[in-house]
Amino acid sequence: MAKVVVVTSGKGGVGKTTSTAALGAALAQGGASVVVVDFDVGLRNLDLVMGAERRVVYDLINVVQGVARLSQALIRDKRVETLFLLPASQTRDKDALTEAGVARVIAELRDKFDWVICDSPAGIERGATLAMRHADEAIVVANPEVSSVRDSDRMIGLLDAKTVKAERGERIEKTLLVTRYDVARAARGEMLDIEDVLEILSIPLLGIIPESEEVLRASNLGSPVTLSNESSAPARAYIDAARRLNGETVEMTIPSDKKGLFRLFGRRAA
Amino acid sequence: MAFVLAPEPPVAEWLAELDDQIGRSEGFFIGRPVVVDLGALTLNGPELAGLVADLRARDVRIMGIENADPAALGPGLPPLLTGGRAAPSLVEVPNPQTPGRPAAVNGPQPPCLLLEASVRSGQSVVFPGGDVTVVGSVASGAEVIAGGSIHVYGALRGRAMAGSHGNARARIFCRRIEAELLAIDGLYRTADDIQPRLRSRAVQAWLEGDVMQIAAID
Repeated sequence: MAKVVVVTSGKGGVGKTTSTAALGAALAQGGASVVVVDFDVGLRNLDLVMGAERRVVYDLINVVQGVARLSQALIRDKRVETLFLLPASQTRDKDALTEAGVARVIAELRDKFDWVICDSPAGIERGATLAMRHADEAIVVANPEVSSVRDSDRMIGLLDAKTVKAERGERIEKTLLVTRYDVARAARGEMLDIEDVLEILSIPLLGIIPESEEVLRASNLGSPVTLSNESSAPARAYIDAARRLNGETVEMTIPSDKKGLFRLFGRRAA
Repeated sequence: MAFVLAPEPPVAEWLAELDDQIGRSEGFFIGRPVVVDLGALTLNGPELAGLVADLRARDVRIMGIENADPAALGPGLPPLLTGGRAAPSLVEVPNPQTPGRPAAVNGPQPPCLLLEASVRSGQSVVFPGGDVTVVGSVASGAEVIAGGSIHVYGALRGRAMAGSHGNARARIFCRRIEAELLAIDGLYRTADDIQPRLRSRAVQAWLEGDVMQIAAID
């Protein structure tokens, strides 16, 4: 039986799709069977980040409407054989999603995979609420800045109200993934400290992903950052986060890209 | 989620009580969608249209009508609603039979709503029956509206509106003031008007006459 995880944030552009792809790939590399599902109907991006945009035949809407079977819509990743993508439609919009249809698709995915990771769209309307509806766990993504944190707080409130689990009186597990964290800017006071963010959101921390040019490079290559450059700082941070998602205790660090040794020698030479 | 107003006959008296409540809690209905439950009245078309016009003149935004004779409704009137549920969790509907009745001051101890988790952004806690105590924080973009006092054992970052049913003796207490708006019995102060030296301190707010006083309680 799978774990259904929703990756949500409220605010757009904070790193939900990047994180869905990176975490999904990291979990799959660890041997689990993973499907990443794009719920951003009409503005799909997960297929681009996964490098599958030229192989999309059927999508989530087709399966919801019964036009295609799940096995026809699922796209296997070329690099990791236990990693699959269920893309969204680009020509329709979120009104094409039905509650019953989504429930049926998630139930079918639960039977087939170890992890079902749902990439939520931004906002608080139908697309976002349907993406979170059947989740067992939620990863709330936030940048360390005020608008993102407030929007994430709203999402946490919605997770405790609009999910099937919450309606049954159970608690949905929520963890925080802080993305685009810039150590230098935080030190200068231009960005919120991790402690400030945790104080406002009050949920456990899953990981801190540093700001890095690697993320854009990876998405341009059509690859999750954990596959394109495993030793880069964001990739290492995502791999740690995936391990924590699996239940491992991993020390919380903020990996950096700096190559310390070279700098030292450079100064001495002068 | 919407508030339900249920007018009772005679309608003119009910409207007067509604005016009373609006006078005491300025802005209470602003931005709030309201459902009008006509179960206690029998109105024909023109009477219904008149009531709707009276409510609209008081800035009450009617999103729908419950328990009305479908024949009495027509174009230009709000739609007929069916199947409304009482809202679960935090939002409580104010008692529609007694709008504007002030909280008993010398009577039996009023009930208190206790929340043991933080109030998240976008959530609205409404408890006209008495005090509200939050063991946690009230997030920016959240609001707590109480008939009595409001006690926040954490940071108050959102809006707190105490004494919402005409209780000028209500107070607002919090461990850390970073509020967007404080209101007691309709008189309010926004964040801009709260002295900067009080920011992030433990404070209480109360009314002295028509002026809201805010002082540290460190």
